[in-house]
Amino acid sequence: MLIRGMTVLELTNVEVIYDKVILVLKGMSLKVPEGQIVALLGNNGAGKSTTLKAISGLLKAEDGEVTDGEIIFCGKPITNRDADKIVRDGIFQVMEGRHVFEHLTVEDNLLAGSFTRKDRHHVRRDLDMVYEYFPRLVRLRNRIAGYLSGGEQQMLAIGRALMARPKLMLLDEPSLGLAPLLVREIFQIIKRINEEEKTTILLVEQNAHMALSIAHFGYIMENGKIVLEGEVEKLRDNEDVQEFFLGLTDVGKRKSYRDVKHYKRRKRWL
Amino acid sequence: MEFFLQLLVGGIVVGAIYAMVAMGFVLIYKATDVINFSQGELLLVGAYISLSLMVQFQVPFLLSVILAVICSFLVGLLLERLVLRSFINEPVISVIMVTLGLSSALRGLMQVIWSTDTRVFPTVFSQAPVKLGTVLVSQVYLWSLGISLLLLVIFALFFRYSLLGVAMRATADDQQAALSMGISVKLIFAATWAIAAVVSAIGGILLGNINGVNPSLGYIGLTVLPVAILGGLDSIPGAIIGGFTIGVLENLAGGYLDPFLPGVKQVAPFVILVLVLMVKPYGLFGKPIIERV
Repeated sequence: MLIRGMTVLELTNVEVIYDKVILVLKGMSLKVPEGQIVALLGNNGAGKSTTLKAISGLLKAEDGEVTDGEIIFCGKPITNRDADKIVRDGIFQVMEGRHVFEHLTVEDNLLAGSFTRKDRHHVRRDLDMVYEYFPRLVRLRNRIAGYLSGGEQQMLAIGRALMARPKLMLLDEPSLGLAPLLVREIFQIIKRINEEEKTTILLVEQNAHMALSIAHFGYIMENGKIVLEGEVEKLRDNEDVQEFFLGLTDVGKRKSYRDVKHYKRRKRWL
Repeated sequence: MEFFLQLLVGGIVVGAIYAMVAMGFVLIYKATDVINFSQGELLLVGAYISLSLMVQFQVPFLLSVILAVICSFLVGLLLERLVLRSFINEPVISVIMVTLGLSSALRGLMQVIWSTDTRVFPTVFSQAPVKLGTVLVSQVYLWSLGISLLLLVIFALFFRYSLLGVAMRATADDQQAALSMGISVKLIFAATWAIAAVVSAIGGILLGNINGVNPSLGYIGLTVLPVAILGGLDSIPGAIIGGFTIGVLENLAGGYLDPFLPGVKQVAPFVILVLVLMVKPYGLFGKPIIERV
């Protein structure tokens, strides 16, 4: 383990069941150290989004429940706490698919993000901070959010999270459906937020390249648990990660589809 | 001409009250996707409480209104907490059925307490009519209009600018996203029901002052439903404009057509509704679903 600094979030053996029957997380454990960007990678259906929802409490709205294990945030257990209280504790989830308030203006969306803030007199200043990170939103501030482009909506979703001034931000697939250049822009801003605002970030991504380029530490999930973890440099050098997430063979060439049938056999971490 | 103006003024006054009660419908529909069929009974609750306070306890009118508003606020909270909270996440249609049940239960309860006789408010507003140009308008009409307009403006500002207003609109838009902002959806639902009960109560008190109070006042709820649908169930400006439209047209139909077609006054709002919906299926100001292209 090479984790430095204090741990803000710790999951120990978390088990999540949906609808009382479907077991999705099977003993999930991870640690997020303060001030870092931690990437959580994995295939579709591995349980990445469920992990985030278990942390933020949004699971309950979907009939899911943490049935075993413990989630500790800043030394305090938050397992199965109400979602609105968890936001007040300092965790803010940016949901997959952006979920902006489509019929509200951009600025009202940002104000909604500040709902839990007690220091109302700083809200104005933080609006300016968000506009500074996302200059594109300035001239859109009075537009109805539903008519923004996908990239602008993603910026709005992250800006809205900033307005809550969370200690820990959970980002669920910020690259979803965006053009590669825009993805790069948004990831650079995420990195800046982490560095300048000292916001700890737990990032779920399909785009492993992008995620590993800004993260400090990474976890790889499969079937509801962690199968591999390490500093990003190490993960990037790992042959399996290269093959299954970065699409490279060991000599650095693009992987040929002929070899795909060996997928199961060649995984080494199982 | 004078007859026309007389009808017009009456229509505008009733329209303003409709608009206010329709706002109660719209609020609950926006926040919870539910059409509240017990809205008319909430009107009665307010009217009866204010009336009883004045008649039985000699409370001055203004104080009785304030107390009735507070009671209605609590009734709204209580209904949400005891009845509707347990239906969060249930199909919308079951919740609508629950509001229908609630309507019957409340109506029955009020008939037990206040019987079915028509009761009249003691004279609050001076009987002497005011002359506006050529039209004579009774003072109670002018007061009703003024109070309704004032409340409509206050609520419009509340939704537009206050943080709770933004949170209510956000919850109406996307419940899960609102939850992820730390907005307690339970709190918003409770606030919604409380505000809907308050606007209905004030509407009930004003109408009671004009026509007296009996259980049939509760059927206003049914007249206001077309108002809300006409404006677009999810639009507050729509509710306001719908209110005035229905109020005026209903009064004109009553004045001009009732001698030939008795009862047309009650039917007119629904006829107008059908005609408008044929052209604008979301109502005059209803939000279509935003489709990005």
